[in-house]
Amino acid sequence: MEDLITTANRKALEIIQNGQPTLIGLSTAAEAIPGMHKHLILHAGPPIKWSRMSGPLRGAVIGGLIYEGLASTPEEAMELASSGKIEFDPCHHHDAVGPMAGVVTASMPVWVVENLAYGNKAYCTINEGLGKVLRMGAFSEEVIVRLRWIEKTMYPILKEAMQIHGPLDLRNLIAQALQMGDECHNRNKATTSLFIREMMTSIMKTSATQEDKLAVLDFLNSNDHTALNLSMPACKAILEPVGQVKHSTIVYTMARNGTEFGIRVAALGKKWFTAPAAIIDGLYFPGFTMKDANPDIGDSCITETAGIGGFAMATAPAIVQFVGGTPADAVNYTTTMYEITTEEHQVYKMPAMNFRGTATGIDIRKVIETQILPVINTGIAHKDPGVGQVGAGVVRPPMACFEQALESYVNLLEDEGLLE
Amino acid sequence: MAVKDLFKQELKIINMGLESFYKDLRSQNVSAVQVDWKPKAGGNTKMASLLGKLKKNQ
Amino acid sequence: MIKSVIRKNAYYDSVTLMLISRELSKMPGVEEVLAGMATELNLELVENLKMVTPELDGLGPNDFFISAKFDETQTSIEALEKKFFELLNDKKSHSDGQYQPPTLSSALNHLPGANLAQISVPGKYAAAEVEDALDAGLHVMLFSDNVSIEDELRLKQKAVEKGLLMMGPDCGTAIINGVPLCFANAIRHGKIGVVGASGTGTQEVTTQLHKMGGGLSQVIGTGGRDLSEAIGGLMMIQGIEALIADPETEVIVLISKPPSPSVADKIYAIAKSSPKPVVIDFIGGNAEAIRAAGAYPCLSFEDAAAKAVALLKGEKVKDIDGINLPETELEAIIDKAVATLKPDQTDFLGLYTGGTLADEAMKYLGESFPIYSNIPLSPEMAIEHLEGVHGNICLDLGEDQFTQGRPHPMIDPQTRTEFFVSHVDEKTAVLLVDVVLGYGSHEDPAGAVADSVAEIRQRLGKVGKQIVVVASITGTELDPQDLASSTRKLEEQGILVMPSNAQAVRLADRIMQKVLKGV
Repeated sequence: MEDLITTANRKALEIIQNGQPTLIGLSTAAEAIPGMHKHLILHAGPPIKWSRMSGPLRGAVIGGLIYEGLASTPEEAMELASSGKIEFDPCHHHDAVGPMAGVVTASMPVWVVENLAYGNKAYCTINEGLGKVLRMGAFSEEVIVRLRWIEKTMYPILKEAMQIHGPLDLRNLIAQALQMGDECHNRNKATTSLFIREMMTSIMKTSATQEDKLAVLDFLNSNDHTALNLSMPACKAILEPVGQVKHSTIVYTMARNGTEFGIRVAALGKKWFTAPAAIIDGLYFPGFTMKDANPDIGDSCITETAGIGGFAMATAPAIVQFVGGTPADAVNYTTTMYEITTEEHQVYKMPAMNFRGTATGIDIRKVIETQILPVINTGIAHKDPGVGQVGAGVVRPPMACFEQALESYVNLLEDEGLLE
Repeated sequence: MAVKDLFKQELKIINMGLESFYKDLRSQNVSAVQVDWKPKAGGNTKMASLLGKLKKNQ
Repeated sequence: MIKSVIRKNAYYDSVTLMLISRELSKMPGVEEVLAGMATELNLELVENLKMVTPELDGLGPNDFFISAKFDETQTSIEALEKKFFELLNDKKSHSDGQYQPPTLSSALNHLPGANLAQISVPGKYAAAEVEDALDAGLHVMLFSDNVSIEDELRLKQKAVEKGLLMMGPDCGTAIINGVPLCFANAIRHGKIGVVGASGTGTQEVTTQLHKMGGGLSQVIGTGGRDLSEAIGGLMMIQGIEALIADPETEVIVLISKPPSPSVADKIYAIAKSSPKPVVIDFIGGNAEAIRAAGAYPCLSFEDAAAKAVALLKGEKVKDIDGINLPETELEAIIDKAVATLKPDQTDFLGLYTGGTLADEAMKYLGESFPIYSNIPLSPEMAIEHLEGVHGNICLDLGEDQFTQGRPHPMIDPQTRTEFFVSHVDEKTAVLLVDVVLGYGSHEDPAGAVADSVAEIRQRLGKVGKQIVVVASITGTELDPQDLASSTRKLEEQGILVMPSNAQAVRLADRIMQKVLKGV
């Protein structure tokens, strides 16, 4: 029995190690995302109904409907959202990922990432920046105006710039950034810097006005987390093919929708295993406490699923203080992740860990046996829509997700007659 | 490795349980590692038995 | 106010928890506090203390809780929780910062070439860990008890099949390749090999033979149940065979309570065919049968040590009996001691931390005068049958009934300290104690006894009374505790420190005989 699983997991790891996430251009959600349509709103995390959505997600849905012109006021938007005329589905069901609320609507521009090793693609919106933004549930005029600028001004320039530049190797970008103090989930400064450096001349060469080009560069530069929306689809693109490996106990999705945390396991295909999302016990900005926090939200832990983010904390000492620990804690967190994973990554190496590769291939058996849950570095959103980020911390998925998955897995093997 | 072989080797000890035993070994410079032990599967017998099913060899 | 606070999925070891619990109970305003893992036992304890709160619902053995009854004007559950973690971190900050792998298999990666697993996890989980260790080809030192006899048999059979040691369950003492394991003393290296089923008995024999100039090759533990009918002496036999084959070992000593008859026979058979001399201390046991097997029976742990050393040196093997002092000097000591007592002081009190040392005391003294005990020589002398609080009492404080939710008295002297206060009074004539040094033991057991005796002398002094205190120290000058200053601390309190438990017991007996004669 162990041999069967070992072989299956080896195959899953091969897929992950061979993944070649490459930024090939930009498109709009409607044009690129499979199954997208005007009345579909994609969101982060496992499936969820409007009635169960938390504050930031509701706010983002409202903003999304206004942005699409389907509603002109928040009240209209809320009525429309609960009417049944709007379809909601996880980004993950459409080869997409979204940070925090992760709302994607038809008109939104998206980065297009292709996994050259397997041909699958992944999509993610352009990061709006910090503060009052759609992904934190804000839907004010300011948010809508910015979204429209992104669509009308920024998107065409970036699209043309990518056509000039050609495909951009994201695996390489991430590997370099990991050696420059980023972990590519909460700390993206180096990745963003490398990306802008890479794209700068191409942006300058586009046919847009000087003013617009500078505005785009300014926008990219003012937002340290620009590259988060690249590392996320990169991880998504690498992991998605793992969802087809029979009998593998490797986790290929971890995601939260602000109400529930969900995981998906290779052998169990598209099935979600969910449990209530946690309130994060982290470091709160002055004036805010745990009482203000929304439960854990976002697809961004796709980075941890791929072995970076919180799994690479040792290589991003700056993030540790921000989440309330010490550099020694960072090394400890990172070291324990090897206990629940299968291999070390061949390309993502961490200087602070003597250049060990990142812990790759979360195995549900190991999580349950050792009781060590994956560690996720995350931002914390205010529970009310539109207030924004109130802190950051370390969070773990609920053990229940892994327990349910293990039970399902054993039942599956029993049904297939593979267990005595 | 049989008992007589053990008698010829340097002891290298895995300590599982009371940390004071591990500290005593280290204070004598004996090679040892302390396991951060928890009950298997957190003491959840259902989970432990599921894991057990997956370990049996074909 | 009664409140609880919980942490799911957090594990702390039992001794740490108990020691911290004790510190928490000293905080002002705290009436009762229990900090522990949510095992059935602990939750029951909380129930018995009538401190159950809704937070404890649904907790499992991997969850941690603090339950407290306190005066809310003086403290809060948050304060207790904060203090707990301060104390925990305090302990952890003395830890060496080395990575602690979460499982055996991970540990094998971190310590390549590991050859022994030392296991002291709760008994419920121990068998599974032992199985994994044996499967990985490791020898096992199993300190945990509460392992089923079926598991013990199955695992020992596996161990024997693989040529591995499985020392335990309930094995407190071993010394392999000169390394003391669990509760063991630092003994010079030499040519005497020991296989012991009794922890403190092994400690006494080994420290005695060190005092007599002998040295050890190996000390193999077997656990307390090895020589039962069901287990059949599997480890003792494997241990003896290993020592026979070991080129360093020249003399073999076996220590155990009397085995079941069929097991005894097996051992006699091996002893008979052994090319090396075998000293057999079956604490009592059938001296004739042992001699018939060509082995040497023993009168005490001290005697076992003496015989082993004599055999090693090629000297005549004698019975070591009595007290190692000229009779006149001995009588003077006894007279002087009895002279300090008043006529109404007639009670004997033995308070032991080492189980087999307590056994040795009971076997001797119980023949001499009637003693109530939790390890009585006959059922009607069980401590429960003692009417009132006066009479001759000898207690093994390491027994289960005294260690519920408390560390073993060899680790933490607090339990015995409490008995010094509660059980020594104006009618006590003679107090007999053991002081066990070595690895695993408290850092200053002699100091704790000395402090308690000082308190007793002060307390009884107020009513014009004194008591006679007799002790022995099981330890060597190589042990982490300072033997010399331990002896000094005891003597400074007027304690009669004897060179062995056997001699301490005999001295106590002589004094009691004189006291009882005077009645």
